[in-house]
Amino acid sequence: VHIFSQSHLCLVMYQVLKEAVCGLIAVSWLASRPIRIKQARNLSSSSPVVSDSARFSHWTLIESCPAKDSWQAVGIGGRNRIAMSGPSSGCGFLMSVVVHGDLALNEQEKELNQRLKRLYPAVNEQETPLPRSWSPKDKFSYIGLSQNNLRVHYKGHGKTPKDAASVRATHPIPAACGVYYFEVKIISKGRDGYMGIGLSAQGVNMNRLPGWDKHSYGYHGDDGHSFCSSGTGQPYGPTFTTGDVIGCCVNLINNTCFYTKNGHSLGIAFTDLPPNLYPTVGLQTPGEVVDANFGQHPFVFDIEDYMREWRTKIQAQIDRFPIGEREGEWQAMIQKMVASYLVHHSYCATAEAFAKSTDQAVHEELASIKNRQKIQKLVLSGRMGEAIETTQQLYPSLLERNQDLLFMLKVRQFIEMVNGTDSEVRCLGGRSPKSQDCYPGSPRLFNSPVHKASSSQTYQTGTAEVEMELDHFSNGVSESSSNGFLNGSSTHGIDLEECDGDMGEIIIWRQLCGGSQAAIERMIQFGRELQSMSEHLRRERGKNSANKKMLKDAFSLLAYSDPWSSPVGYQLDSIQREPVCSTLNSAILETHNLPKQPPLALSVGQAAQCLSLMARTGSGSCAFASVDDYLH
Amino acid sequence: MFRRVNDGVPAGGPFTHQRVIYALVCLGWKSFPLFPGLKLPSLPGQVDELQCLRRWEAGLCSPSRDFHRQLATVREVTATSRHYVDRLFDPDPQNVLQGVIDMKNAVIGNNKQKANLIVLGAVPRLLYLLQQSSSSLELRTECAVVLGSLAMGTENNIKSLVDCHIIPALLQGLLCSDLIFIEACLRCLRTIFISPVTPVQLLYTDPTVIPHIMSLLSRSQHTQEYITQIFAHCCKTPEHQMVLFNHGAIQNIAPLLISPSYKVRMQALKCFSVLAYENAQVSMTLVNVLVDGEQLSQVFARMMQRDKPIEMQLTAAKCLTYMCRAGAIRTDDNCIILKTLPCLVRMCSKERLLEERVEGAETLAFLMEPDIELQRIASVTDHLVSMLADYFKYPSSVSAITDIKRLDHDLKHAHELRQAAFKLYASLGSNDEDIRKKITETENMMDRIVSGLSESSIKVRLAAVRCLHSLSRSVQQLRTSFHDHAVWKPLMKLLQNAPDEVLVMASSTLCNLLLEFSPSKEPILESGVIELLCSLTQSDSPALRVNGIWALMNMAFQADQKVKVEIVRALGTEQLFRLLSDPDTNVLMKTLGLLRNLLSTRPHIDQIMSSHGKQIMQAVTLILEGEHSIEVKEQTLCILANIADGNTAKELIMTNDDMPQKIKYYMGHSNVKLQLAATFCISNLIWNEEDGSQERQDKLREMGFVDILHKLTQASDPSLCDRAKTAMQQYLA
Repeated sequence: VHIFSQSHLCLVMYQVLKEAVCGLIAVSWLASRPIRIKQARNLSSSSPVVSDSARFSHWTLIESCPAKDSWQAVGIGGRNRIAMSGPSSGCGFLMSVVVHGDLALNEQEKELNQRLKRLYPAVNEQETPLPRSWSPKDKFSYIGLSQNNLRVHYKGHGKTPKDAASVRATHPIPAACGVYYFEVKIISKGRDGYMGIGLSAQGVNMNRLPGWDKHSYGYHGDDGHSFCSSGTGQPYGPTFTTGDVIGCCVNLINNTCFYTKNGHSLGIAFTDLPPNLYPTVGLQTPGEVVDANFGQHPFVFDIEDYMREWRTKIQAQIDRFPIGEREGEWQAMIQKMVASYLVHHSYCATAEAFAKSTDQAVHEELASIKNRQKIQKLVLSGRMGEAIETTQQLYPSLLERNQDLLFMLKVRQFIEMVNGTDSEVRCLGGRSPKSQDCYPGSPRLFNSPVHKASSSQTYQTGTAEVEMELDHFSNGVSESSSNGFLNGSSTHGIDLEECDGDMGEIIIWRQLCGGSQAAIERMIQFGRELQSMSEHLRRERGKNSANKKMLKDAFSLLAYSDPWSSPVGYQLDSIQREPVCSTLNSAILETHNLPKQPPLALSVGQAAQCLSLMARTGSGSCAFASVDDYLH
Repeated sequence: MFRRVNDGVPAGGPFTHQRVIYALVCLGWKSFPLFPGLKLPSLPGQVDELQCLRRWEAGLCSPSRDFHRQLATVREVTATSRHYVDRLFDPDPQNVLQGVIDMKNAVIGNNKQKANLIVLGAVPRLLYLLQQSSSSLELRTECAVVLGSLAMGTENNIKSLVDCHIIPALLQGLLCSDLIFIEACLRCLRTIFISPVTPVQLLYTDPTVIPHIMSLLSRSQHTQEYITQIFAHCCKTPEHQMVLFNHGAIQNIAPLLISPSYKVRMQALKCFSVLAYENAQVSMTLVNVLVDGEQLSQVFARMMQRDKPIEMQLTAAKCLTYMCRAGAIRTDDNCIILKTLPCLVRMCSKERLLEERVEGAETLAFLMEPDIELQRIASVTDHLVSMLADYFKYPSSVSAITDIKRLDHDLKHAHELRQAAFKLYASLGSNDEDIRKKITETENMMDRIVSGLSESSIKVRLAAVRCLHSLSRSVQQLRTSFHDHAVWKPLMKLLQNAPDEVLVMASSTLCNLLLEFSPSKEPILESGVIELLCSLTQSDSPALRVNGIWALMNMAFQADQKVKVEIVRALGTEQLFRLLSDPDTNVLMKTLGLLRNLLSTRPHIDQIMSSHGKQIMQAVTLILEGEHSIEVKEQTLCILANIADGNTAKELIMTNDDMPQKIKYYMGHSNVKLQLAATFCISNLIWNEEDGSQERQDKLREMGFVDILHKLTQASDPSLCDRAKTAMQQYLA
């Protein structure tokens, strides 16, 4: 019952997300909802200025919405994902694998990894690794393994059923697969062809064929019978012999299993399967040899087609999830979530327009929102020094009370100095502001490929225009900013303008601290201050490994002639500003007794958490319900 | 080019209420859907309106008070409807337009209103307005829309519209250049043509229509949707297929398979399924068509992916099935074996709707009918054999109690499901013994077939007997389950009075049941089957004649003297000889087979030859002299050899002037089979230990047979050589 309600909860969350996120991103949100059409019209007809501004802020929203990954980082479950899916770490891993050993083998390995990733994207292999070969440890002595533990042969006497022997795969099948499939090719049927292919739980006797014991299931070649935890089989399918390819598919959503023979489904063999079963084969007479395919090669049976069917089923289930009688409340809740998200991230113009059109109250003062917005802008544009200063001005006690936060900000400031973007080094810098702004640390970076890649296609193709229009609007508004709904300081506008002027410049010149000697000296001095602050902190509050690592990583930048392409160069990426930005933002909000995270992000995190919980508790449907599917 | 329809337009001017009543009377009160209880005084056959009204007014019919009350209701309801119709006759075109628009809004979703307007004669007027070139385009479009709306009602509505010659009028409208108007016309045409009451032939009467419609395919997504839907419903015969094919249907419709609109894709797919059905030319063309650089079979295969709507999967599977059956795709092609077949098996599963299961099973049966490999694969795919057993469980006992609607639904499909299952079983078991065994072992299978044989629905009976026929090819089943379930009883009953197609199947099955090892043979014989079979041999249908004579042949194999005599008696020599000159070789072969079986053991040979010897010898001579295939001649020589085996019958050959010469001729024939049969014959004639063997040997020696036999002992064919040596030994002994 518990699991059931969990998964339902998760489904509910999707609904929230689906509605809310769609609403958030699309400019057409207002118009697309039939209920809202009228209000949207009112909005545009009654006050063109507001309407203009609303449009502007929508564009800004798209433009300056933090890249998706960091947005998820706000959620509970998101943090892991970033660590995992970071482009640098993933590539590095593959590279290091490829360096050693036989090339062909590695090709196979690569193909295996790719296929498994494609088939089972929801599986977290750190938690639940997928079976990749037979286990040399978990087998009976009459079983011999070869060819990277994929080939199984019988080496016993094979006189009586007592000589039967089995082997299990290295890992059990993770529930997050949703649908799991492996194939076994009969290389030789040996003397009698007493071969069993199936599944068994850990600890089941290996001196037996799969299917004969409790928590053991098998399909046998000599008679074509299926054995469901019993010594006597049931007529199931055809017999199989040398040259046949037998597949075994476990459906972890309805806990059934079917087999295939040479690519043809033979129909359900078992129902009500327990969780955590291992792929298993058993042999009984001399000469029997079988090869396993856990994804090393393309499968004979079209398993992806079967998966497509189940994905569609699960998604239809989510889409049709009943929201019940409380239609109105539903609507209001979604609107609240959207509004709070906008406020949280200080998209004040949008927030106000949205609140107005949906008749909601904003719980934070406009000035406060704008202050936060200002700080965020500074952080996101890499001007940490100013950001820290502004924070200290506006929220005097905040950083004093929260030394770790201050330390984090300062470390970031150091990184920005190396980058040449921090205001302190910029004013020292010999470079013209123009070239500085075209540097990959300027606000333009909100359009960085990382962001584009994660947004939907419409935005990708439309990016160029958005950029142009943004420039236009921001200039326009900064001139007529009487309503005060300006997103970003006026400097921001100028930055962009300057940037615009340099659009043609293709070569980006990267130099330490922008190339100025004075700036480098300032940076080194700042580094020393940072070091002493770190020491001070340690004395006062004891060791803090996170802080230590942060500082070490930052200082490591100086060890390389070209920090940007160094192993620690990722720190210089503007995307790294986003976690800093949201941490600071959350801290500010906390001082105002406002939630650290917007409910929307919470629910995204909650949904992601639900999914991983489902994976852990064996609900296979989590495989076909990725949160990402609803965040576009 | 198109015929203009002006007849049927009533004289102008507003309708009087008498006209309303008249109209109601003419259309038949009693069937008038609005007032089911309303009874009208009976009127003489042909009445004119005035007379009828006069009779009412004069009180001649003395209508009841109830009638008056109901009449008032009629007047009230029709008055509003009449108002709409009246406005169609307004002299101001603007008012007419507004009238049509109001009418459009009034009829949407209102079947009563639709029927009313049709009864009041709105259709001819609307058609008139639609066709007038003086009408504004807007008005003409609105007219087409209203007509389309009227067509959406009941089947009766469609009938009335078709009777008013709406189809030529709308087809004429397609010549207009305005897209909106064309779309409205097409939408209306679509609604009319997809109705089962519309004769599809109307689409083809004017040969210029199809090419014009084809040219409209490029106009818009709507025209594509409506036109493909019309084609999909109106392509019912090979002639229709060829008309569409010759006008470039394939090239024009193929690109629509990747249309962004699902409806267009779906209708285009349906078009291909009806075009390719049993049509080799279309199918062969289809395999070579490329859509966006991709072969059509791949496009279809993609449409069978399991996340696609069921309707699409099923129709795509149908297309590939038809292409495969027409020989355009090999049965061992992956897209058949790994895609189409599994897809169709999925369509048979319990999760699908009853209609889908019927279609799936029928298509699958059709796909694998000629191919044993496909039958073998299907028989192990997803437990198909036991899955089909479920088809017999409708209406289920649960639905009867709990849900009337469901029961109704089940009942409606029960026959269809059963016949589809029988067909599929028949197809599955047509070649492989193991599959047959699996089928007969399915729960209650034989009982189901037995009861299917006597069902009221012809379709079910036919399918059941097909299934039985397929299973009767198994020696084992004939010996066991067929006998245990006495399937011959319902089969015999079925043979008494059935349409030809059922008879063909049933008699074919009977042939197998009459094989000598079949335990059912005895009871069938006792049930007086001989007369029945003899009457079949007189049928006009060659298939029935073959089956009749075939069954007799099987029956005569190693039969008692009594049975043989009975066969000869019942058939009559005249009929026997008529069959020997049958134009169908199959019939001839089986008749010869029958003769050979009749003339088998010595006493039988002598007995039959003593009574019918003359005619038989005549027939044999005739065939040996005639132009016949080797098989026929061989069979005839075998008969002759059998005759030569008789005691007295031998003399019929020996005394015949020609016969020994003929035998001699065939001993020297170039075909070994004929040589062998002829040698057999001689061998029988000269066999020692029989009365008069010496004389015959001498006589034949004189005729030069010894030399020939001697020569044949040198023959390269070992069996011929042996046979000749054995014969020579008769002389040596």
